[in-house]
Amino acid sequence: MDAAMHGERGNLVARIRSWFPALERGRSPEALPIRLDRRRIYIVPTRAGLGFAVLLATMLTGALNYQNNAALLLTCMLGAALASSMLLTWRELHDLTLRSLHADHGFCDARLPIHLAFADDGRARPGLHIALDAIQQPCPLRRGVGRASVTMPTDTRGWVPVPRMKLSSTLPFGLFRAWSWITPNQHVLVYPRILRDDRPRQRNNDPNERIAGSDEFASLRDYHAGDPIRHVAWKASARHDHLLVREFDSAAPGQPLRFDWNALSGVDRETRIARLTGWVCDAYAAAHPWILILEDRRPLGPASDAAHYHRCLTALAELP
Amino acid sequence: MKHRRVPPGTRDEAWALATLPFNLLCLTVVCVLAAHAPHMPVWYTAALFAIVLARWWQRRQEHRRVSAWLRIVLLIAVLAAVIAVYGTPFGREPGAAIVCGLLVVKLLESERLRDARMTVGFACFILMSALLFDQSLAFTVVVGLMLLPALATLRALEPGLPEDRWLPAFKTGTVLLAASLPAALLGFLLIPRLATPLWGAAGNGVARTGISDRMAPGDLHSLLTDNAVAMRIGFDGAPPPDSQRYFRGLVLWEFNGRAWLPGDAAKRPWPPAPVATRGPLVHYDVTLLASQQHWLFALDVPVAASEDAQMGPDRTLWSAKPVAQTLRYRVASATDYRLGPATLDPRLRAAALELPAGFDPSARALAERWRAAAGADDIAVVRDALELFHDDGFVYDLDAPPLGRNSIDDFLFDTKTGFCEHYASAFTFLMRAAGIPARVVVGYQGGYWNAFAHYLLIRQSDAHAWSEVWLKGRGWVRVDPTAAVSRVILASTGGAMGDVGGGGTSWWLPWRDRLDIVNRWWGQTVVGFDALKQSRLFTPFGIGHATAQMLGIALAIVVFLALGLGALLAALRPRDKPRDALAAAQQRLQRKLARFGVVRGATEGPQDFFARGTAALPDSALTLRALSTEYLVLRYAYAEPPPERIRAFVRNVRHFRPRRVVK
Repeated sequence: MDAAMHGERGNLVARIRSWFPALERGRSPEALPIRLDRRRIYIVPTRAGLGFAVLLATMLTGALNYQNNAALLLTCMLGAALASSMLLTWRELHDLTLRSLHADHGFCDARLPIHLAFADDGRARPGLHIALDAIQQPCPLRRGVGRASVTMPTDTRGWVPVPRMKLSSTLPFGLFRAWSWITPNQHVLVYPRILRDDRPRQRNNDPNERIAGSDEFASLRDYHAGDPIRHVAWKASARHDHLLVREFDSAAPGQPLRFDWNALSGVDRETRIARLTGWVCDAYAAAHPWILILEDRRPLGPASDAAHYHRCLTALAELP
Repeated sequence: MKHRRVPPGTRDEAWALATLPFNLLCLTVVCVLAAHAPHMPVWYTAALFAIVLARWWQRRQEHRRVSAWLRIVLLIAVLAAVIAVYGTPFGREPGAAIVCGLLVVKLLESERLRDARMTVGFACFILMSALLFDQSLAFTVVVGLMLLPALATLRALEPGLPEDRWLPAFKTGTVLLAASLPAALLGFLLIPRLATPLWGAAGNGVARTGISDRMAPGDLHSLLTDNAVAMRIGFDGAPPPDSQRYFRGLVLWEFNGRAWLPGDAAKRPWPPAPVATRGPLVHYDVTLLASQQHWLFALDVPVAASEDAQMGPDRTLWSAKPVAQTLRYRVASATDYRLGPATLDPRLRAAALELPAGFDPSARALAERWRAAAGADDIAVVRDALELFHDDGFVYDLDAPPLGRNSIDDFLFDTKTGFCEHYASAFTFLMRAAGIPARVVVGYQGGYWNAFAHYLLIRQSDAHAWSEVWLKGRGWVRVDPTAAVSRVILASTGGAMGDVGGGGTSWWLPWRDRLDIVNRWWGQTVVGFDALKQSRLFTPFGIGHATAQMLGIALAIVVFLALGLGALLAALRPRDKPRDALAAAQQRLQRKLARFGVVRGATEGPQDFFARGTAALPDSALTLRALSTEYLVLRYAYAEPPPERIRAFVRNVRHFRPRRVVK
């Protein structure tokens, strides 16, 4: 009995979904290009539109009551013009075709710029708004230029699916809002979150602090969360009121820095990735060559160019 | 640059009103004030205009609301001014003046999109209320055009317009208004009319125009200079000759020494006075414009009339309700007739002879002298009076000097200047004083025959007053004492009276006729389209009486069809699909080269072809090489070439003139 009802309800939902394909399309990702046809565009009056409806009703009642046909004609003209603006609102979205989509490089937790390319059908769409979350972003499309840029919120690294987008417009009079949902089956790469040292690295040049026989060791710096315990310079720390860690990367100028995944044990995976990301960013900003060594992978680099930078960040983002 | 009061990036900024929509909003308000200006005091309108201008100036300096205190003070000032002028805040004129003031105050606080939209809506409503004062075609068209700034403001509140130009904002509204005109007209036809108003009386408080039921010398003056249309009359056959175009409206029995009034005799519940007709009747339709009065007008003397028009005891027509809308009625009249019974009822005879005691002794004495000379011959007395007007230096002049207490004496023996009222009044007085029953009739006389559309146009300036005297054996006989005078005066001055539309053949006369045809059509078809006419809307489809329900269904169908049609039109892709501009320009370049014998082969690639062209036209080689390089770059180096570069290429191809050295 219960199962039967459940089955029936499932059928009903399926049937309703088949009646309103847009409901379904809004959810499951679809391949580009996505064209907004009449069945997936919704339109309702805005608050201003409802206000004008009340106004027109008042005007109509007044004109009828005073048997004033000129006023009635004026009301009809205004009403017809405002109502037909609905068609223009709808036309703002109709036939809009999203052809391609690509994302800029962006880090997790920041808003990622996404560039959308719409097919040029010879129409301008100056009122287009796109929302990937609660924020409506104006994306006016000029005639002959079907490009728009929006930003999407990010909270995970790696290849993330582009979220459902709401395309909407209230042109020409702001009395109706037409909207349509699209979910392109596209993924965009989000670089990991950056975890930076609070202070710039300081080289410790005190000769007493050098530890003989350790070629790799170059300097001491303040301890930060995520630094491996075995790098802590206990003796040096005892002379200070906070922990210091040995720095291994301060090789002679020209020598590449080594950012080693395995050297950062003892902290959780995401923190490690974030710290490595921070180091890569800093090294790239300083134009200092670096090598990135990830777990069971061939070392990347040494190099200091943009290609290497993006290769490293991509590798970090794509870590499982 | 303007001061920005709102910090950028906040939600407020997105809702703030830009300069262009604000300016358009000011224009909208100015239009509304202009539409109401005709009935508001000049200083009041000027003050409101000044406030709008000041607000515009203030907002140029900084984007800020006018302080609430100032707004409240202005609000109180508006109310005070209206009460000072009209005595009450209620009613049509004071109400309109108050809402105009409120609109201006609303403009003072419009700083957000929401305010602006509300102001536009309010402005549309007040614009419509201007039509309560004037429903003429010209005014309706003007008010309709005033919707354009309102729609432009709404458009400018949305994105996608250049900030510095006004015209683009008007485009959408103009196109939409024009495109939705058919739908608006169908809606106008089908929206069920109310047979009785929901509240108030229709036309309540509307200024009374036209002939009133009180006639004193000088009263008609404003009417006689008013060129407004009173009614239009379409005759079944030929129109009656000018001398017979007397349209009776009211019969006035009672004279109180100053003015003529209908009196008790006119109110008796008697059947219409008998009329014996000779010759064919004249059948005609009268389209009477709204007068807010009960009386209707008919060519003398009406024999039968359609149901809208009821016939009074003096064979004048009247309507049960005041004529608040254009009214159309049909009448059959006799122009050759004998009006009244064989013997006059003694009560009527007494009423038609009654004169107030203590007025105008000289006129009475004159009438008694005439009576003594004529004996029992009433007609001789009438002739004496007409000869007096004709021969004794009487002048027809609309600028009649004012009269004293004994108005008839003053006029007859002193000023001798006046118009129809003076003559009708004095003549009737003299007749009564001589013992001849007489009464005053007011109505219209003459009119202008529109030869294009075959109707008689009667203006307010055709208003006229004359007398009817009771002659034994002939009943009530029309006597027009003004005609006796004016014939003389008109001969010497060349046209001073009446028939404003009649004389002259100025070049624009035909155009005025055509314009009046349009006005007549407007009055009959649009303004006069009432519940009754609407119920006959489907007569051609075999439905004699359309109910409100049927109209509603038809309206729903029309709305549905209009939306469907609109959606179809909106879904059409632009017919002129953007062609590949680059390919078109390249083909143009090929055609130019072909004229010089460099024809591209079917299998020839562009690079080879251009190389051949460069070789063939050495003088143009430099330009051609540059063009070919640019083409190849645009065609193959980009996924989507930048449009400005394509435009530059197209322009260069257009300007390219191949040259060949002639040796």
